[in-house]
Amino acid sequence: MSYVPDNLLYTASHEWLEKIADNRYRVGITEFAQEQLGDIVFVELPETDETYAQEDECGVVESVKTASDLFAPLTGTVVEANDALEDNPELINDSPYDDGWIFVIEITEDSELDSLLNAEDYRTSIEDEE
Amino acid sequence: MNKTGLYQAHLDAGAKMVDFGGWQMPINYGSQIEEHHAVRQECGMFDVSHMTVIDVKGKDATTFLYRLLAGDITKTNTNQALYSTMLNEQGGVIDDLIVYKLADDNYRIISNAATRDKDMAWISKQSSDFDVNIKEQTDLAIIAVQGPEAEQQLQPLLNIDLSSLKKFYADQDQSYFIGRTGYTGEDGFEVVLPVTDAPVFWQKLLDTGVKPCGLGARDTLRLEAGMHLYGQDMDEGISPINCGLAWSVRKKDHDFIGGDIIAKQRQQGSETKLVGLVLDGRGILRHGQIISDDNNDIGIITSGGYSPTTEQAIAFARIPKNNQDKQLYVSIRNKKLPCRVVKLPFVRNGQSLLEE
Repeated sequence: MSYVPDNLLYTASHEWLEKIADNRYRVGITEFAQEQLGDIVFVELPETDETYAQEDECGVVESVKTASDLFAPLTGTVVEANDALEDNPELINDSPYDDGWIFVIEITEDSELDSLLNAEDYRTSIEDEE
Repeated sequence: MNKTGLYQAHLDAGAKMVDFGGWQMPINYGSQIEEHHAVRQECGMFDVSHMTVIDVKGKDATTFLYRLLAGDITKTNTNQALYSTMLNEQGGVIDDLIVYKLADDNYRIISNAATRDKDMAWISKQSSDFDVNIKEQTDLAIIAVQGPEAEQQLQPLLNIDLSSLKKFYADQDQSYFIGRTGYTGEDGFEVVLPVTDAPVFWQKLLDTGVKPCGLGARDTLRLEAGMHLYGQDMDEGISPINCGLAWSVRKKDHDFIGGDIIAKQRQQGSETKLVGLVLDGRGILRHGQIISDDNNDIGIITSGGYSPTTEQAIAFARIPKNNQDKQLYVSIRNKKLPCRVVKLPFVRNGQSLLEE
């Protein structure tokens, strides 16, 4: 069973969100997602100051095996991206919930938070895939 | 779903298993990149028991293979291996394979896994006018031991002298068949052995420190080494002349199946060729991406990926024969990125051949 921290929120497309300030969430991909992808070799980060609607494609994570789109988990503006991933994409493999964070989004639609999964629901959703 | 005799050994080693041509095979045992480096720098092993082993025996074995294969089996010495394509009547590639000559009337073919049924059907059909016996061997396992330390790691487990086994030759140790062949661009061996012996042999190699490697590393190793993958770099719709395998086709006596088309193509000149591409910027080259020159779309990537040895994205691209451009462009997510055209292979004996 992949590690799923209790204090984070999740999407069905295997992203995690951590609330770091009012309306600001740090986003990455889960341990389960990086395990499925295998060694990550390239990350295309979202543009900072770019505004995305919920579920818009906003970047790409590519592993030795395949390319996987990143989706904006909530409507909002990307205010920060983890530039360290450009030279060290393997940070996502080594530390998916910490050094491997991908971007910070400032959200504008509070109501969309209801569409996210808590840790327990996310664990259930990946059980079938594991 | 088929399982090899090493299925449990893979699970015990922590493999992530995938469906590959109807077989449950390990894609990696944790990190594909570490497995890749193990083969380039030390020694790794692969379970390739899913591949097809076909023995061809009988008085007409040589003349049959001379007809069946585009390569020249008559130039192959006893115990030597030949890489060849097997073509349909239109000159398209049914499969690529290695054939070992054990005697004038005794050969062993090793071909791909996903093509097993059509290969057997085709070979059986073509053999009807020849005095040969065609038999698929299904109670064997194949373990490829690859890398600069392969000889020293494997030697203690065998009773034959590996140092005297030449590249692309085979030898036998009782029921074990050992070829100095591989699909990685490194020195190495492919050991064909009774499936019942395979788990113990695998464990002995593990105990000496040989790293188990999955199909993922096998793919990046062969890509760096400039070796074709059937179904991606060639298939039944293209002749070996047009996909970079002309070197494997005999130059005279085009009296093999598909040979009249090949002779015509040789006379007219090939239409397409396979070149190496390197992406100097950021991104990953993948199978199916479109290649263009300064003006038009001209080709396609047949195999591509991240190269752990060069730490860059590399690919094979099929482009018009007459194109001499040093720089082409790849379309990735609606962006055109410049690629450098390079000679194959990208890597040989552990060293990158790319110029900075």
